[in-house]
Amino acid sequence: MIIYGVAILSLSMLTGVFLGDLLGVILDVEANVGGVGIAMLMLLFLSSRTESKFKLGPMTADGITFWSAMYIPIVIAMAAKSDVYAALKGGPVALLAGTLAVAGGFALVPVLSRFCRRPAIPPQGEQS
Amino acid sequence: MIGDLILNMTKANGLIVAFVLIGAITWFSYWLSRTLTKGRLHGSAIAIAFGLILAGVSGAYTGGNAGLADIAVFAGIGVMGGNMFRDFAIIATAYGASLEDLKSAGFVGAISILIGVVVSFVLGAIVAVAFGYTDPVAITTIGAGAVTYIVGPVTGTALGASSDLLALSVAAGLVKAILVMLGTPALARYIGLDNPQSAMVYGGLMGTNSGVAAGLAATDPKLVPYGVMTATFYTGLGCLLGPSVLFLTVKALAAALG
Repeated sequence: MIIYGVAILSLSMLTGVFLGDLLGVILDVEANVGGVGIAMLMLLFLSSRTESKFKLGPMTADGITFWSAMYIPIVIAMAAKSDVYAALKGGPVALLAGTLAVAGGFALVPVLSRFCRRPAIPPQGEQS
Repeated sequence: MIGDLILNMTKANGLIVAFVLIGAITWFSYWLSRTLTKGRLHGSAIAIAFGLILAGVSGAYTGGNAGLADIAVFAGIGVMGGNMFRDFAIIATAYGASLEDLKSAGFVGAISILIGVVVSFVLGAIVAVAFGYTDPVAITTIGAGAVTYIVGPVTGTALGASSDLLALSVAAGLVKAILVMLGTPALARYIGLDNPQSAMVYGGLMGTNSGVAAGLAATDPKLVPYGVMTATFYTGLGCLLGPSVLFLTVKALAAALG
């Protein structure tokens, strides 16, 4: 049943967002800390049960993969509702501060990636 | 009369209008990608750029801060592209992700979040100083804005910064998010962003949720869950460090340097 997949996904999100909010309160931070990450781990945990009793049927999986496929369109909508005008109106200080932060991040990706422990069998072969 | 009917119909069915509009933008963008760039520039990268342009034009036209969603007929874009659906779809992408890959970059991924927050903050703070800001509160608020557009105002508010400083920090964070969206697909090849491990490092270093989400979507959607996994902790860490450790450091430096 498709609704089972959607319900599992929704339950994961609600649990994750709640725990993220709770973590924010505990740390005295006015933000959600890691809610989406916790939700993703929960979904992974729930959906990777291979025991026959919990294995997701194909229709149930469709309830999750549909939303996964809607991800790019949703991101396009997100871009269309972002406050681009305010970003441009921020003037040289905002433009330069934002640009340098991005440049610094990009420059460090290859530096830090070298320290990653790659899995023994490279996953590239089976991907894409 | 027909005009009023259509107007009311679109207003009453906003989310559905958004589905049609985003579908049309996507179709047109993929067509451009195929015919003009022979697929070299990814269709979704073009679509995201279109979204940003439409948002900028409507922002200038309406004066609002929700881009295209401020135009009544397109209000559904605000629902479709809002945080609820964004997070819902992001979490769904984790289905099928590999726990092994997540674990293999777990430690470096976590370190990259800390480095990402500090580096962004320092670069933002340096820009503030270069433009003549001397007040530690102002320097910290602008630096925090370079972390994300949430960390900026949260930090600034905690420190009692003025509202134009808050706006400036939000603008810096928005510039960052937009540049990450547009820059990631262009630079991915040069920074080795083609595997789950580097995606986790990238998410930790960039941290801006919307930027990372859109940047990876336009690069390789398979990498989304890995990048988001680290990015999701970034804003929280920034809000934790901004008004505390980072502000105190700026204050001490300002006092020491006169």
